[in-house]
Amino acid sequence: MIDFIHPSLILFLGAALLPLFKGSARKTVLLLVPAIALALIATLTPGEYGQFEFLDMQLTTGRVDALSMVFVWVFGIILLIGAIYALHVDDWIQHSAALGYAGSALGAVLAGDLLTLYVFWELMVITSVWLIWRRGSGVSYRAGMRYLIVHAIGGVLLLAGVIIFYQTTGSLTFDQIDVDGPAFWFILLAFMINAAVPPLHAWLADAYPEATITGAIFLSALTTKTAVYTLMRGYPGVELLMWMGAIMTLYGVIYAVLANDIRRILAYHIISQVGYMVCGVGMGTLMALNGAGAHAFTHILYKALLFMGAGAVIYMTGKSRLTDLGGLYRYMPWTFLFYMVGALSISGFPLFSGFVSKTMIVEAAAMDYRAIIFLMLLMAPAGTFLSIGLKLAWFTFLGRDSGLRPKEAPPNMLLAMGIAAFLCFAIGVYPAPLYALLPGPVDYNAYNIGLILKEMQLLLFTGLAFFLLIRFVGGKSYITLDTDWLYRGGGKWAAVWVRNGIVAANIQARKSVMAVLRNRAHGIRSRYGRDGKLARSWPTGSMAMWTAILLASLLLFGIRQ
Amino acid sequence: MDLGYWLEKLVRRGRLLSLLMLGLMAILVIIDIIVPPAYTRFPWDGLGGFAAVYGFVSCVVLIAVAKGLGRLFLYQPEDYYPENDSDD
Repeated sequence: MIDFIHPSLILFLGAALLPLFKGSARKTVLLLVPAIALALIATLTPGEYGQFEFLDMQLTTGRVDALSMVFVWVFGIILLIGAIYALHVDDWIQHSAALGYAGSALGAVLAGDLLTLYVFWELMVITSVWLIWRRGSGVSYRAGMRYLIVHAIGGVLLLAGVIIFYQTTGSLTFDQIDVDGPAFWFILLAFMINAAVPPLHAWLADAYPEATITGAIFLSALTTKTAVYTLMRGYPGVELLMWMGAIMTLYGVIYAVLANDIRRILAYHIISQVGYMVCGVGMGTLMALNGAGAHAFTHILYKALLFMGAGAVIYMTGKSRLTDLGGLYRYMPWTFLFYMVGALSISGFPLFSGFVSKTMIVEAAAMDYRAIIFLMLLMAPAGTFLSIGLKLAWFTFLGRDSGLRPKEAPPNMLLAMGIAAFLCFAIGVYPAPLYALLPGPVDYNAYNIGLILKEMQLLLFTGLAFFLLIRFVGGKSYITLDTDWLYRGGGKWAAVWVRNGIVAANIQARKSVMAVLRNRAHGIRSRYGRDGKLARSWPTGSMAMWTAILLASLLLFGIRQ
Repeated sequence: MDLGYWLEKLVRRGRLLSLLMLGLMAILVIIDIIVPPAYTRFPWDGLGGFAAVYGFVSCVVLIAVAKGLGRLFLYQPEDYYPENDSDD
């Protein structure tokens, strides 16, 4: 009996077979494949599987342990929810890309060695970019191109790091990366690009809002969280990550205050929330690592829920800017309700999932007496609630009447949102199963009076400030510059300037070379041309002369032998 | 169940709800002042209502910093990046 079937195999097979089906058969396959994958995930038991030798290297495609299972489980769940949400979409390319993308992410998480990780890492990029391109607009095409280029650079860094790592250690096993020198930094940089750590984050806020409505669900769940997993595996306790993570939490919320596109607000909050996980990884204590794992799990569910809510609004109204939206709660009440469950979860309200995971990381900072980190992590939820729970919710669903009269979202979208909302609430009320899944034993109860009091005061008074300052927080018809300016704005002009300089120098160099050649030609013509010294005799004469010279030299050198 | 109808009802009582919310917030702060702190890890752990003040101030600071940066140089017109992306 086979004791291990890699869940990615099923997903890749499904991705390949999907185009062969049409209509309702395709829908059945689209639901069946994630369901089978989820069933397979349920049968996984800890161990190392799928090992083989490749060019004298020992590769492991299936490392099942407590850490990888946290991510494998939630990837499987979100794939099924995302498939339900995307059921109405009649575009096999998107569906196949999503299945392949999820398969690659699972492969990366289950990879026991760095080479396997690299292969799935690159597969994730080339499958996921289709979820951006299939939006079908010029903007999304170019955003996808930029996404591809940034991740190509990340992939090269990872490969370079892996090669150097192999040469220094002679091993490819993917555990804590504890070598000095370039291997450490190359691999870390590659992971940080995918985790969207500023200033390497701009691809996320650039590309995700331009993705297809259903594709954004998978994007929001998989790439950054795979990176969080690899950071947890490879770089626990690296202090740089603790600081970068804490900065990320605030960076994301500050940009979200400025953003006008609803999915861009959500995208910046991915950066903010992943900041908690990166910070937890950087602290590296048992509590912090457990918190990072728990937060990745809950984050995937509520962030997907928020993207589904925003996607439903865009799908039904065709508008994505806060300045164009407003007053939708009458027409899309269920979407509003489910969205709010996601918003309360991400903000960390008691009874919702964010509360039981985010507070673990904040608590881990307090246990180590890290006052500055603690205050930073405590400030970020105010920004989260401000943008997601108040600004986006108010200016989309409540507030002024925009005149839009959309219908409620289709049933499959509502069902997917309902399942995600139920999970967010269930985890918030009863976190024990989630805690049991975590890599280390959990001795933590979020529901103590001190924590609840602190969290409720923090969030409700944030709300008070919001309503006092409501004139200033609405969306504005601007875009905001971010570090992608370096390759889209100023950097591009600089690149164009350098290129123009190179072109001009090239033309100049060719000109001077041509001038030299012309002089030469002139000289040659004066010698060999009509009336030139060497052209006075006829070619036969000149032939006779050269033959004589040749024979003479042969004689000279030949005699010596 | 007509969810839209119920939401409509709640929105119409918005004023009452916000007053209730303010009352709840006051009660939370009062409880926080009365109940002895669970931890004494940080200097502010003993201060009742610290989280409330911190939340309010955080929100104001975040909006001020963001808007300040926006006005300073981050905000640009929506056609700032050329649409057709020709490279010169």
